[in-house]
Amino acid sequence: MNPDTLFSGVRILGAGVDLVGDLLVRDGLIADFGPALGRPDGATRIEATGAILCPGLVDMRAALGEPGFEYRETIASAAQAAAAGGITTLAALPDTQPAIDDPALVHLLRTRGEETGSLTILPYGAVTKGCRGEELAELGLLREAGAVAFTDGSRAIGPARMMRLALSYARGFGARIVQHPEEPSLAAGGSATESEQATRLGLPGIPAAAEAMMVARDIKLVQLTGGAVHFAHVSTGEAVALIRQAKDAGLAVTCDTAPPYFDLNETSIGEFRTYAKLSPPLRKEHDRKAVAAALADGTVDAVASDHQPRDVDDKRLPFALASAGGSGLATLLAVTLAHVHNGTIPLPAAIELLTAKPAALLGISAGRIARGAVADLCLFEPDRIWKVEAGSLPGKAQNTPFDGRALEGVVLGTWKRGRRVFG
Amino acid sequence: MGRRPSVAPSNFALWLYSRPQAGWDAQVACPHRHGPDEPGHDDAGAPSPCPNRPAVCCNAVDGPRRLLQPRPVFYRKKHLLAIEGLEPPAISQLLDLAESYVLLNRSGKTQRDLLRGRTLINLFFEDSTRTRTSFELAGKRLGADVINMSVSTSSVNKGETLIDTAATLNAMHCDLLVVRHDQSGAPNLLAQIVDAAVINAGDGTHEHPTQALLDALTIKRRKGRIAGLTVAICGDVTHSRVARSNIHLLTTMGCQVRVVGPPTLIPAGVADLGVSVFHDMAAGLDGVDVVMTLRLQRERMARGLVPSAREYFRFYGLDHEKLARARPDAIVMHPGPMNRGVEIDSAVADDPAHSVIKEQVEMGVAVRMAVLDILSRGQGRNEP
Repeated sequence: MNPDTLFSGVRILGAGVDLVGDLLVRDGLIADFGPALGRPDGATRIEATGAILCPGLVDMRAALGEPGFEYRETIASAAQAAAAGGITTLAALPDTQPAIDDPALVHLLRTRGEETGSLTILPYGAVTKGCRGEELAELGLLREAGAVAFTDGSRAIGPARMMRLALSYARGFGARIVQHPEEPSLAAGGSATESEQATRLGLPGIPAAAEAMMVARDIKLVQLTGGAVHFAHVSTGEAVALIRQAKDAGLAVTCDTAPPYFDLNETSIGEFRTYAKLSPPLRKEHDRKAVAAALADGTVDAVASDHQPRDVDDKRLPFALASAGGSGLATLLAVTLAHVHNGTIPLPAAIELLTAKPAALLGISAGRIARGAVADLCLFEPDRIWKVEAGSLPGKAQNTPFDGRALEGVVLGTWKRGRRVFG
Repeated sequence: MGRRPSVAPSNFALWLYSRPQAGWDAQVACPHRHGPDEPGHDDAGAPSPCPNRPAVCCNAVDGPRRLLQPRPVFYRKKHLLAIEGLEPPAISQLLDLAESYVLLNRSGKTQRDLLRGRTLINLFFEDSTRTRTSFELAGKRLGADVINMSVSTSSVNKGETLIDTAATLNAMHCDLLVVRHDQSGAPNLLAQIVDAAVINAGDGTHEHPTQALLDALTIKRRKGRIAGLTVAICGDVTHSRVARSNIHLLTTMGCQVRVVGPPTLIPAGVADLGVSVFHDMAAGLDGVDVVMTLRLQRERMARGLVPSAREYFRFYGLDHEKLARARPDAIVMHPGPMNRGVEIDSAVADDPAHSVIKEQVEMGVAVRMAVLDILSRGQGRNEP
């Protein structure tokens, strides 16, 4: 049995909670919190004046290297990076090798998460067998085994017929389809957003319209089927506008975005920096602004890391041949905080986008500060400065698009079920 | 033919300082002591050879050169990866130096001591006979040890080959590395790994800087200037590294640049590079001084970007009828190899009144000698 832990003099911030005071953790649960609690005997006392205590972050989109790509990231190294980033729950993409298209693999991932002791892994199930986009996977059995939603990961569900089938069938199990919104035939061969910069660099482009088209199509299919769609990592103003409209019309449409899409634009590519090669590609500045505005106005339902571990050999290639994707676990909180510091979004709203809101989308109870809730907690100092350096990030994957970025906001400690797992 | 200033008079000081090293040496060391204002520096194909031309009369390279102080160098980069980002003085200096090498080459003299003991490796991941030969000749004329390496790109993992090959070459202590690759940015990647000065000999659809320099030299010698000319670049701009390098160079040097081609072969945002876009070739060629045609690769037709060769030729192939819209003294250029009857009519390609295609090849060797010269002077520079 862990000893009790008492946080004192911290700002406690969660959905509906914002106060300066104490929080007591007992038996892995939040026993009590309030402006001033007593001092129970034997409790480990953590005093951190000026620091913020929030629920452990819920990252609703991350790729793990396991199974199949252990050279990029193992579950153990991802858990280490997640803990350092304040993340205690993570939804893992299914486009692994083999793909998570079998109930046994869902069990495996959940169990492997438990084994880390610091990270709850919530597996996504594959929409199609092998994420190949050809035939529907066993969504019912996967759901029963604990898949939180369905997606083909970084691959778009291309044919309208297949997407219709998936939305329609998943509806029977009350599950969402998470789409990588990109029209594949329009994006084929592209490696940067279509623009003057791509033209200068001689890189084949992916037009912003490739995202908007897929979003528009899937919204129509939601109307047709009554299913629920979630658009992952939206990156363009056009897509955001369509999603906003669909939400206003009361459709079951939600979306998330990732820090690169509201913090960086295409100029990060500079002279062929492959760490800035992402999927979807970094967009133009006006798209970045539109995504940031959508964070503020509530169109975006969650901020996810979109962690895509890659190793040096995946990236040290000519740009068009390099693998797309950036690591994001360690920078999720601090990059989001950068947009609190610059006034885009208030702090409590930012924390909700990282905790309660993604938890609600995934249908789990994590991500809240409440008496009796599991004590998954993240303690951070919002103003302390650090610099992102590829090569010295926690975990195995060092392919951060934020290399060299100065950030404010340092995680002081992470607690999983009341046990300190970082700091 | 009288003397023609190579740049606008207001840039005279700049021009003076960006004179080629051989020319500078000649001015100081030549017994005839001619300055740039005096007759003797017209070398734009003048029929009577100038008695004072430095390379001919001064033995500028072998003798006095070593005794002289270093001249200002405007090209300060370690590598030549792209035209984009080069300033006008750097480009002028490269062109002027190249011009002096034209004379040297025509005089039949060589300068075999300049790169003696240096190793030049031609690393070609993509087939190219003319560019490789041109670099090989340029290196040999300057006395470098030249090695040609052709690496097949058909192997499964191209990137691994690239990195591994680079590491191997680095271990061999090569001084100058000429790279052609089918991927945009591959030379930039190599430049991060090797110690040698890297020269981009064409990368994917990114840049082909020496081609743009030789095109500019051809234009300068034919037209007497670069600034103020109107140049039409015609054809498959989307997939052309030659077009990109030329757009950067010509806009930097003060040309009006037009790109002409079907919308499927004009890349997004190209107008933001400072060019005007035409889809009607007749309108695009109206009143231009220079027509550059680009090669249309057959695979573009296979991908459906253009329905057929005959349709392409009808609307975008350069024939005398379309060329009639250009200025009467317009010159026609092509980076080669040509698809006769696709992007250019044989009658135009072989018309001595307009076509300078063969001269481009000659300029290619001189430009590459100038590039090798400048980069070898800068060994040890850090600016990429």
